[in-house]
This record gives sequence, C-alpha cells and structure tokens, in this order.
Amino acid sequence: MTLLATRGLSKTFGALRAVDNVDFTVRPGEFLALIGSNGAGKTTLVNLISGLFRPDAGRIEFEGRDVTQQSVNERIRTGIARSFQLVNLFDQMSVFDNVALTVFARERKTRSLFALADRDAAVADEAAAILAQFGLATRARMVAGGLSQGERKLLDVAVAYALRPRLLFLDEPTSGVSTREKAPIMDVVTSVVRSQGITAVVIEHDMDVVFTYSDRIVAMHQGAILADGTPDEIRRNDQVTSTLIGTVAPA
Amino acid sequence: MSPAAARRSAAPQLAAAALVLIGLVAVPWLFSTFQTITVCYGLVFAIAALGYNLLLGYTGLLSFGHSAYFGMGAYTVALLVKYMEWTSMEAFVVAGVLGAGAVAALFGIVCVRYTRIFFGILTLALSQVLWSLALKLFWVTGGTDGLRVPTPKLFFSLLTPAEDKLEFLAYRYYYYVLILFVAATAVMWLIVHSPFGKALQAIRDNETRAEFVGVQVRRYRWVAFVVSGAFTGLAGALWVPLNGLTTPDIVYWPFSGRIVFFVVLGGFRTFWGPIVGAMAYNYLETYAVGYTVYWQLVLGIVFVLIVLTLPQGLAGTAEGLLRRMRRPAPAT
Amino acid sequence: MDTLLTQILNSLFYASTLFLIASGLSLVYGVMRIVNMAHGNLYAFGAYVAAWAVGLAASTLHWSLLFIVLLVGALAAAAVGALLEPTLLRPLYRRPEEYQLLMTFGLLLILEDVMRLVWGPHPLTASALSDALGSISFMGVTYPGYNLFVIAVGVVAAVGLGAFVYRTRFGVMLRATSQNMRMASALGIDVKRVYVQAFTLGCLMAGLGGAIVVPIQGAVLGMGIDALILAFVVVVIGGLGSLEGAAVGALIVGFVRTLGITYFAEVELAVLYLIAAVVLFVRPAGLFARA
Ligand SMILES: Nc1ncnc2c1ncn2[C@@H]1O[C@H](COP(=O)(O)OP(=O)(O)O)[C@@H](O)[C@H]1O
Ligand SMILES: [Mg+2]
Repeated sequence: MTLLATRGLSKTFGALRAVDNVDFTVRPGEFLALIGSNGAGKTTLVNLISGLFRPDAGRIEFEGRDVTQQSVNERIRTGIARSFQLVNLFDQMSVFDNVALTVFARERKTRSLFALADRDAAVADEAAAILAQFGLATRARMVAGGLSQGERKLLDVAVAYALRPRLLFLDEPTSGVSTREKAPIMDVVTSVVRSQGITAVVIEHDMDVVFTYSDRIVAMHQGAILADGTPDEIRRNDQVTSTLIGTVAPA
Repeated sequence: MSPAAARRSAAPQLAAAALVLIGLVAVPWLFSTFQTITVCYGLVFAIAALGYNLLLGYTGLLSFGHSAYFGMGAYTVALLVKYMEWTSMEAFVVAGVLGAGAVAALFGIVCVRYTRIFFGILTLALSQVLWSLALKLFWVTGGTDGLRVPTPKLFFSLLTPAEDKLEFLAYRYYYYVLILFVAATAVMWLIVHSPFGKALQAIRDNETRAEFVGVQVRRYRWVAFVVSGAFTGLAGALWVPLNGLTTPDIVYWPFSGRIVFFVVLGGFRTFWGPIVGAMAYNYLETYAVGYTVYWQLVLGIVFVLIVLTLPQGLAGTAEGLLRRMRRPAPAT
Repeated sequence: MDTLLTQILNSLFYASTLFLIASGLSLVYGVMRIVNMAHGNLYAFGAYVAAWAVGLAASTLHWSLLFIVLLVGALAAAAVGALLEPTLLRPLYRRPEEYQLLMTFGLLLILEDVMRLVWGPHPLTASALSDALGSISFMGVTYPGYNLFVIAVGVVAAVGLGAFVYRTRFGVMLRATSQNMRMASALGIDVKRVYVQAFTLGCLMAGLGGAIVVPIQGAVLGMGIDALILAFVVVVIGGLGSLEGAAVGALIVGFVRTLGITYFAEVELAVLYLIAAVVLFVRPAGLFARA
C-alpha cells in the first residue's frame, strides 16, 4: 500500500542534478522523516511533489493516479499540502486571517466578493480551533510579521494543516529556532498530525528529533536516496552514519 | 476574531464614516456653488482612487495606466451622446462601467501575467494605445477638441436639467454623485472585507504561498483588475457631465499619475486613504492652480515630501497616531 | 525626395536619439532596479540647458566651438543626477520598491515646472548649429548635415558605452552590482558609490540626448514626457537593463516611426505601444533579456 510514489523523478539546475532518478514512496498513516545534509535535494524533492517545479523526468503518483501534470491547485485539492523551510506567510495579515484565508480557499469561498469574511461563523470557528491546536490562540489578532520565529514556524505548519491534507510535507519545521523550542514545536505538530490521521513527511536535521518522532526514515545524498528504513535500521546503517549523521551541522 | 468582535472593531470606523457623510450631505447648504462643485469633483476622483487602490493597496500591483479606464468611462458617455443621443444618466453610468470594465478585462489578460515594474509599464503602454486613438481618430473622438456632453437627465428623467447649469451641478448632480459615491464605497468596503478581498491581500503579501493555499493567483488578479477598472470607469462617467467636455488629456498618462497621487497622498495601506487623498489632492490642486502657474511644482514637492516622510499617507499616519493614543504601550 | 535612403537615414536619426535616452534609463534599471520616471525630464533639462548655453555663447564663439558648448547640457543633467540620488533616492532603498518609483514620479512633476519657471513657456532653440552644417548631397540625396552628426553621435555613444561597461574596471563593478548587490558589497565594492555613479551616468546620457537634438527640435515643455514614453517602448522591446537591447529597441522604434509617419500616421503611436505590449506578452523580459 502506498499513498504517494515517485518513479525516476529528476530535476537538474544547470549541471547540478538536484534530484536524480528518485523512487520515493510514502505509506498511508506514517510519520516519515526525510534526512540528508544541506544540498542533498530534500527541498527540491518536495518542490517537485507539491508542484512548485516541474520535473525534467519521472512521474508522481498519488493513490495510484498520475499527478505529474497537475497544477499546484489541483494537487492541493487532491490532498497534498506543504509548509516551507523559509517561513512563507502573509506577513501583513493577522495570524487569524492567515488561517481563515486558507480555510476560505479550501472551501472555494474566496470566489465570493460580496460577503463579509468575518461574518462566516463556520470558517471563524474552524480557524480559531486550528490556532488553538497550535497554541497560537492568544496571537490571533497580531500581524503574522510580528510573531517570533518559533511562532512563525508553527503558523506556517498551521496554514498547511488548515487545508486538511491527506499528505503533509513539513520542510524543516524547527529550523532557525533555539534547541529549547524544538521539542515543543515537534510535540504540537506530531500530536495534531497524528490525532487527525494525516500522513506526514518531515524534513529535519536534528537526529534526536528524527529518532524520537518518526516511524520511518529516508536518507538522501547528492540528489539520490541513500537509505530507507526504521529508525533502528538507520541508526545501525554505517553508510548513513558516516556520510550524514557525522556531518550534519548543528542548526 | 469572533464575528461579534469584528463587529465591535468596525463600529468606530463606521461611526466616523457616518459623521463624514452627514457633513457631505450638508455641503451644498453650507458652501458656495463653486466649493460644492469642487467637493463634487473630489467625490468623483475618490471613486477612481478607491478602484485604483484595490490593485495597489490590496493586490500589490502598481498601475500607471488607470487613465485608460477613467477615459473609457468618460468617452463611452460622450460617444453615446454624440451617436445615440442618449440623455439618461443612469444609462450613462451603466454603459460607462461596462465599457471600462470590458477594456479592463481585455487589457487585464495581458497585464496580470506580470507584476512589479513590468506590470506598471505594460498598463502604461496599453493606456497610451487608447490615448493615441482618442487623439488621432478625431472624426470619432473630436481629437484635441474633445467631445461636449450636455447636462443629463437624472433618475429616469424624474429630474430634468435645471435652467442654470451651475445650480444643477452644485445641487442635484452633487447629490447624485454623493449617492453613487456612498454606494461605491460600501461595495468596495464589502469587497475588501470579503473572502475574495482576503485572497487579494494574501496575493499581495506572498504570491507563492497564496498559490499553495489554493488561490489561483492570476485569475484573482484579473478579477481585481476588472473590478478596479470598472470603478475607475464609473468615476469617468460621472466626471463628464461635471466637466461638460472630455478631451484626450484624461486618457493621457499624467492623469494616471494623478490617480496614483491621490492614493499615495491618502495612504494606500488603509481603506479610507484613497478617499482622503482624492479629496485633499483636489483641494490642493484647485488652490495651487489659483495661486500660481507653477502648481505642478507645488504638487511635486508635496508628493516627494509625502513619499519621503509620510509613507503611510495622510490617513495611514492619522490612523497610526490614533492607535498610539488609544493604546500607549503597543503589544506588538 | 522620399527615397529609401532618406527614410533609412531618418530612422537612424530617430534611433540615435532614442538610444541616448533609453540607454541611460536601462543602465539605471540594470544596476539599481529603479525605473526612473524623471528620466525624460532630465533629457528635457539637458536640452534646455544646452539651448540656453548655446544662446549665450552664439555671439562670441565660432560655430564649431558651439558643439562643445552643447555638452554643458549633458553635464548639467549629470550634475542633477549626482545630487538627486544620494538625497532623495538613497533613503528609500530599504522600503518596498513602489516608493522608489513614486519618488521619481514626484521628481518628474517638479522638474517639469522647474524648467517652466526658469525658461518660461516659450520654446528655446539652438538652430545656429544645425544651420551651420547645412545640407550634404551624396548618392543622389540631399540630407541635413546635422542629422548625420546626430547619427554619428549615437553610434559613438553606443560603442563608447559598450566599451565602458564591458572593458573598464568601473564597468566590471557596475555589472557585478547589477547581478548581485549583496555579493558585490561583500566583495568590497562600494555599492553606494556605484549607485551614485550609475545614476549620474544614466542622467548624463539623457542630458546628452537632449543637448544633441535641441538644435533640430528645440526645447519645449512636455518633450520629456513624450521622450520617456518612447524610451519605455524601446527598453520594453529590447529588455530593461540591457544595452544591446536599448540599441536594437531604438532601431526598431526608429524604423517603425519612420514607416508610421509615412503610412499610418493616425495610429503610429498606438502601433508602437502595441508592439511593446506584444513583445512583453511573448517575451516578458524583452528581446535581450538579462536575468
Ligand atoms: N531554484 C534553484 N535554482 C538553482 N539551484 C537550486 C534551486 N533550488 C535548489 N538548488 C540547488 O539544488 C541543490 C539541492 O537543494 P535543496 O533541494 O534545497 O537541498 P536540501 O533541501 O536538501 O538542503 C542545492 O545544491 C541547491 O543549491
Ligand atoms: Mg532544504
């Protein structure tokens, strides 16, 4: 059983093979960690799957259906959502509106020009509930640009989550925050994701975090998949230990 | 924010707006004909500025070609007078809005593919296509002489033009414009506070992320472009009877610059900014023109000072001051 | 009279002046990412100053020396540029880019009226120069000598500017800054200085354009705005920020204008704008796009 599978997926930038003939699969319900040193191609792989880039070669299948040619919007409707490594929010809008807009868009309500957004109780309730789940309820009326880095990372995830995806890609949800803040963020993220039965792929550098939270680990190196296994298998995999874990720079 | 809280936060703004509205209703009673007509021009420009700001303030697109839609609104009316001998203002309004909206729909297809400076230059270039047509196809448009438009019949001919043209403009036509101004403002308020309006702001803030929450960026930009053009077209249609004449000057790009001026002067980060800016500009220009032939110099200096020292514009700065007075220690 | 050769020379003449204006606009954009809406008025300013200087000197100097006096116009525009960039543009670099565009729009309004204030509403001329060169006959056509001179200046300016940008140390700094401002700064390039120099150079080109055409067209109010729009068309066709683009764009616009005046005078401008729009549509960054 696979939820998502890529076949021979490739993307080059000039002479650089950022993603090189990758077969990557995600099983329903799992919490998968994608690891690899900087420049391994993790973000590019997510960019390809989420539709930001078109692949040079290869196919992407979601539940057996070919989505390679689908637009970003179609993929969202299919159930693929993502967060961003460098926080990507609507900075001048309120924290609440960041989430509410996403709910409106998901419900195709952004097509209505002549209705007050704030009067939509169903959307307001859902947005408030999502902010509460992510511990951001007290920040609802602040502008997103005014949040702390840790809160911004959480909001970035919350916005992706508000799409109610079936497959959620989280690109380094704890990058750029202090070590102390990492565990709380991951706790919130995993509890929300698991409680809703969402399949998640998390890109993460901190191996403690990776081993604590994931069911399965895929390691990339120079655009290719180096290893794929349970946390225990990866821990024992000398190749991974030598090429990756030893070299991972502290964030 | 709960709906109730939203209602509470909008209440002071609506109260202030109601006060201003009462003031506007009283204008013909309190002021001279000349001054009433000046306010009337201000209201017309405010409608154009509101439409313009849907693009600049809410969608993040700096157009330098809105003279095209203002001009289209005006020339649609003038041509209907010339060729169809229409006289009903209601018909003019509808036709002007449709005409400008149609041109915006066409130009928009090209323009919304770009952002930033390319969007600006493209809107400018396309507006100048219209300008050169208005100028050169003189057997249709009257060339530099323009086209004359007599005072129209208001409210389905219930109100016929009064004997004295100035009297008509400063009284009946003023209220006609005021009603449409209030309606246009209400509609624009609704639009920017609608889910669609939120989507535009999301596009303005972060185009990529907007796409990734399922907002089809180009399509939304196009709709915003058409709505913006239609509002500006409405202003153009209302402007012709006031001016009595339409010439290619209003399609020429400095007129687009003037609309930009309104919005920057008032502040494009607030809803009311464009209205404040249009009214203020109108006064500034009327008096600067009265005092000196170098009014453009005066305006230019004001503009440069605003950009340099008051980037939030008049309304934005005032709003900031008010907020600080109300909450001495800001939480952010 | 309207032989093919005359038409070609007319086109080259147009192209020459257009290149002088557009290259400065493009250079400033290429380095600073600012579209200077006041650029056309700096061109007009160059024209006014040149005409004024020639008028002062005409009675005392031999006509051949007046060609050097024309340069005063170019230098005056450059001086204005050197003054404006540090005072009015630099404070805005940290703001969203709209503000820079708006600032140059304000400058456009101001410059327009400053010229009216200083030189009055009536056109200035410097026809002494164009008269002095008379007409030249060759290959069966008679053509104004001064127009040939303008064509020559355009060619020299194109070659000179190209050599300057691609061959000199300063050119290297310009191009480095235009490609990556932060990187250039990290490499020890004084970006502030490069900016003021690039802006000054851009204004110099505009002023030169104005100074060169003034003996033929005179200096009139509104000439800056017309020139700006045409320069936009040129750089949009050629690609903003590209010198080669400015040259090719100027040639295209020059030839289309000449054709237009003969065959479709009514819609000549409309055709030009449409060409610009079509180019943007099919090649958003212009024919000579640079990243
Ligand atoms: N848009 C792009 N253009 C050019 N090169 C890119 C682009 N995106 C990524 N790269 C390059 O591709 C390689 C893989 O990058 P990325 O996928 O971001 O790695 P990771 O996320 O694993 O750190 C890197 O060498 C990076 O410089
Ligand atoms: Mg990455």
